[in-house]
Amino acid sequence: MLKDYFFLAIGNLRHRGLRSWLTMLGIFIGIAAVVSLISLGQGLQEAITGQFSTLDPDKLIIENAGTGFGPPGSTSVKKLTEHDLNLIKSISGVEFAIPRLIRSVKVDLDDEREFIFTTSIPDGKKQIEIIEDALNLEIGEGRFLELEDRGKIVVGIHLKEDHFNGKLKAGKDIKIQGRNFEVIGILKKSSNFIVNNVILMPEDDLKEILEIEDEIDIIVVQVEDKDKTEEVAQDIERKLRKDRKQKLGEEDFSVQTPLQAIGTINNILNIINLVVIGIAALSLLVGGIGIANAMYTSTLERTKDIGIMKSVGAKNSDILFIFLIESSLLGLVGGIIGAILGLGLAFLVSSIVGSFLGGISLEVRLSFPLLVLAISFSLLIGITSGILPALQASKLNPVDALRQ
Amino acid sequence: MTEIIKLKNVAKHYYMGDDVVKALDGVDISIEKGSFVAIMGPSGSGKSTGMNLIGSLDLPTSGEIYLDEHDISHLTESELAQIRGKKIGFIFQSFNLIPNLTAKENIMLPMLFQGLEKNERESRAEELLGLVDLKDRINHYPNQLSGGQQQRVAIARALANDPEVILADEPTGNLDTKTGENVLQFLENLNKKGKTIVMVTHDSKLAEKHAQKIYWLKDGKIEKVTRKEKEKWKTVK
Repeated sequence: MLKDYFFLAIGNLRHRGLRSWLTMLGIFIGIAAVVSLISLGQGLQEAITGQFSTLDPDKLIIENAGTGFGPPGSTSVKKLTEHDLNLIKSISGVEFAIPRLIRSVKVDLDDEREFIFTTSIPDGKKQIEIIEDALNLEIGEGRFLELEDRGKIVVGIHLKEDHFNGKLKAGKDIKIQGRNFEVIGILKKSSNFIVNNVILMPEDDLKEILEIEDEIDIIVVQVEDKDKTEEVAQDIERKLRKDRKQKLGEEDFSVQTPLQAIGTINNILNIINLVVIGIAALSLLVGGIGIANAMYTSTLERTKDIGIMKSVGAKNSDILFIFLIESSLLGLVGGIIGAILGLGLAFLVSSIVGSFLGGISLEVRLSFPLLVLAISFSLLIGITSGILPALQASKLNPVDALRQ
Repeated sequence: MTEIIKLKNVAKHYYMGDDVVKALDGVDISIEKGSFVAIMGPSGSGKSTGMNLIGSLDLPTSGEIYLDEHDISHLTESELAQIRGKKIGFIFQSFNLIPNLTAKENIMLPMLFQGLEKNERESRAEELLGLVDLKDRINHYPNQLSGGQQQRVAIARALANDPEVILADEPTGNLDTKTGENVLQFLENLNKKGKTIVMVTHDSKLAEKHAQKIYWLKDGKIEKVTRKEKEKWKTVK
């Protein structure tokens, strides 16, 4: 019986053809937005936190405040100096404090000129190890920088693959800020796209070519006991503030713990999620209204059909079911197509990100429960928006309906 | 003879603003099982209202209606639907087929609402299409059929649940004389096989040619009742 109503409803929807598809459009868009966002959401989170893989639980980063959106050192706030470094080194719980420079430099290879981020590799065997560990650096070709290395650099994999027309190779000489450097190693591909595009250079060399005396962009702190990372961070903050005679909340530096960084990212992701879900919810609401409207129109158009069906024995409940099945089908089919579109969109975005933002991989997570949930929700919208029109249709008086 | 349908002092009033339109005003009609009855009258005489009440499409303002000796004047809409689907087959002037269903699907519809299984509905629909000589039009849609063919599909649909009464509302109104004559011949044959036929018409010649009893309606009241006895019409009331 229900199966027959089902076929009757499909027949009616097909009869309306294009209009049925247009009705479903609102639902398509809403469900596609939800499905694509959530499918990408986890990948997005991983991609972004991957950029922070440099953040180990036992490491802290101290940098100038207000440099968040430009390269460190590009703004005019008070820079970190050797003085700060020594202060931090003296704090208990701090095993090592390593100064780092991160600057954009001019690089020439044959006729190609590019500006590339360069970061300094500190002096000291242990310090080098900490930086390698902090940035998850792994050497792919050649060798890593060692103590006493001068005039030598190690580069990220993308500099070899995507820059300088592929001419940059291990053993090749390149000009940085006018000085010759030998590429002695190429890093393995990292999940962090900055690492993939970076030049690693001995600290003294970088200071020389940039003519820097006493400037530090960031200080990486290795904490002795990783359970005390937060405490050490607070201690550093307090002491630096005292040293600079600043009040709480007015610091011109920041001490970032890994938890804070990831927390910030998660906040941003949550906001993005909320915005997209809000848009999707609006779209679904509009989609639902669209279904209700289509069903009302259909009731009006088919008044005579309803009269005929009643004259041949259809009860109010039969008419109600037929109309409800129709609106549910609009929701269901809209949901299924929306889910498929959403997945397609997610894969499309993922591949666009993959090919245009070299290095960042945004993976699509296929979640079966998500698809089931999205489609059921869409079905629910179909049913709820169909209830009132279906009730109206079912209550039509057969005599009046036949007179149409 | 037992009465299949009986209207006792039935009135149907419509309210239009403050005006009351008395479409039917105290009408008694009794239709015997197996008879061919015509309800005659000009437009506005209340014959359509009468037909709706006889067909349990509508409920009276006052009075009682008996179908197979059950009082149906106080039933709910759904109970009425069930009864009318089972006991009454409608034939309308404008055929009233559902445009997006094929001939066969249209005939299957009344059986669907009685809860018959699909294969049963299909075989019965095909059998009925054979009966009205439209076996080769099974999967045609109404707009692919001529008026006469559509009316034959409608007759087949009216017969779907093997009802006791066939109600025909101006069944030849949209057909040419010859096709109309065929349809009426068909109804007469059904009557001979035992079906009760009630025909509403404004055409007295048609009524007198085929019916055995005629209710003449005027202004919502019965003007007279005539009956055919030995090929002669006599006024019985």
